[in-house]
Amino acid sequence: MTGGRRLKGAADRVVPPSGFTARLTQFTAAAMAFLAVFALALSLAAGRLAERWSSELARTATVRISAPAGQMEAQTEAVVRVLEATPGVARVRVLSAADEQALLEPWLGPGLSLESLPVPQLVEIIESAEGFDATGLRLRLQAEAPGAVLDDHSRWRQPLVAAAARLRMLGLVSALLIAAATGAMITLAADSALAANREVIRVLRLIGARDSYIIRAFVHRFTLRTLGGALLGTLLGMSAVLLLPGPGGGGFLTGLQPQGAEWFWYLLIPPVSALVAFLATRLAALRALRGIT
Amino acid sequence: MIELTDISYGYDGGELFSRISMEIGPGSFHFLTGPSGAGKTTLLRLCYMDLMPSGGRISVFGREVGAMSRDDIAAARRRIGVVHQDCRFLDHLPVIENIALPLEVAARRPEPENLEALLAWVGLSARAQALPPELSGGERQRAALARAVIMSPEVIIADEPTGNIDWEMSERLLELLIELNRMGRAVLIATHDLNLIRAAKARVSARVLRIRDRRLQAAGAEL
Repeated sequence: MTGGRRLKGAADRVVPPSGFTARLTQFTAAAMAFLAVFALALSLAAGRLAERWSSELARTATVRISAPAGQMEAQTEAVVRVLEATPGVARVRVLSAADEQALLEPWLGPGLSLESLPVPQLVEIIESAEGFDATGLRLRLQAEAPGAVLDDHSRWRQPLVAAAARLRMLGLVSALLIAAATGAMITLAADSALAANREVIRVLRLIGARDSYIIRAFVHRFTLRTLGGALLGTLLGMSAVLLLPGPGGGGFLTGLQPQGAEWFWYLLIPPVSALVAFLATRLAALRALRGIT
Repeated sequence: MIELTDISYGYDGGELFSRISMEIGPGSFHFLTGPSGAGKTTLLRLCYMDLMPSGGRISVFGREVGAMSRDDIAAARRRIGVVHQDCRFLDHLPVIENIALPLEVAARRPEPENLEALLAWVGLSARAQALPPELSGGERQRAALARAVIMSPEVIIADEPTGNIDWEMSERLLELLIELNRMGRAVLIATHDLNLIRAAKARVSARVLRIRDRRLQAAGAEL
């Protein structure tokens, strides 16, 4: 070949290299992917939490018996009888004085004597899979043990589950906003590159290039840059998530690490970023070509 | 091949041409002349569909331009080689890649031997790997001509091809264009260089058209 060099024919070679814009696009794509990892981790962890609270709390209930000392034992026995005869109740456990002391210890301190306090008797109910009829059970308890109150946790369970579900939604909305911001950023970068290369586009059109050829050249360039940046950002984000304390700490922040098939969602970030870049650049190129014959 | 019928064209309300008609037939050789600002470049741009007329009809290779899609226009341009006045290139690609670009955009594989021969024909073999900004005016004109002919176009349009080069180089370029015409290509050259027109008429049967007072006229016997 002339001059000893091969002729390179890749379409994207017609777009002049632009070092600064390329690095800026890659950096922004990497930063967005990094943030997307955390938004996704937050959303997935909130989802897990909502599911766990929902399933765990839904399977337990408590009967609280407040009665004069002389009637406490009789009412407790009556409650246990009613519960054992109730369909949907898998197990009944009367909490011992030691159990109740352990429950109160975090608030009232150790060495507490329950005899000096009017502490109600607690009975724990474990539901079977089909669950029980709470309204019917309340009526029967009222008849058999007037001091018994059924607490199926629904009062405080529902707001908690709703809060976790909203947190999950917020995470998803954040991920969508990050994708939209990535699209906007790529559009701006592509618009700028297309404006800077207007003369290149004119030359290509005048020598017979179809719009599809010109669009492909720019789309290829921006899609690859974004994919490269998003891969790096996702890798860094996942490494950061993995460095967080693992599950077992008991708190929400220790449950951010992905579990099982959740890894799949993180792997979607680079291709989704590339798809957003593809569409944004394509639209920008179509707009730019409208003004060139 | 290219037919302009009753063409009018204006900028910002003013009319540059009025009812101009012209035909570029197969194997023809035309010069287009006229004073600066008369509209020579505009008329050429209408011929290669870079501008659309405000009135009249343009037909290129038997198809009316107004009815063509953008892809149709791109396909028609591959059959027209254009040497622009300012010789536009992609400055980041070496000369050889710029020359081969029309093949590249048409998804045709450049044959290295043909490229070598074309570079030799325009005298740029030694400059194949140079970047366009490194070329002299004459080298740019010859590179532009090589790019214009690489697709074996049926029509070659050159806008002031000798505007920035010395007489020796102008003669060489003219010789290349005459050679192409002898190979059956139609040639349309816009120029205000009367010496170039005279030199060409001594060697080839050329028709000279002049733009004057917004009209196109056949040039007089002085040419």
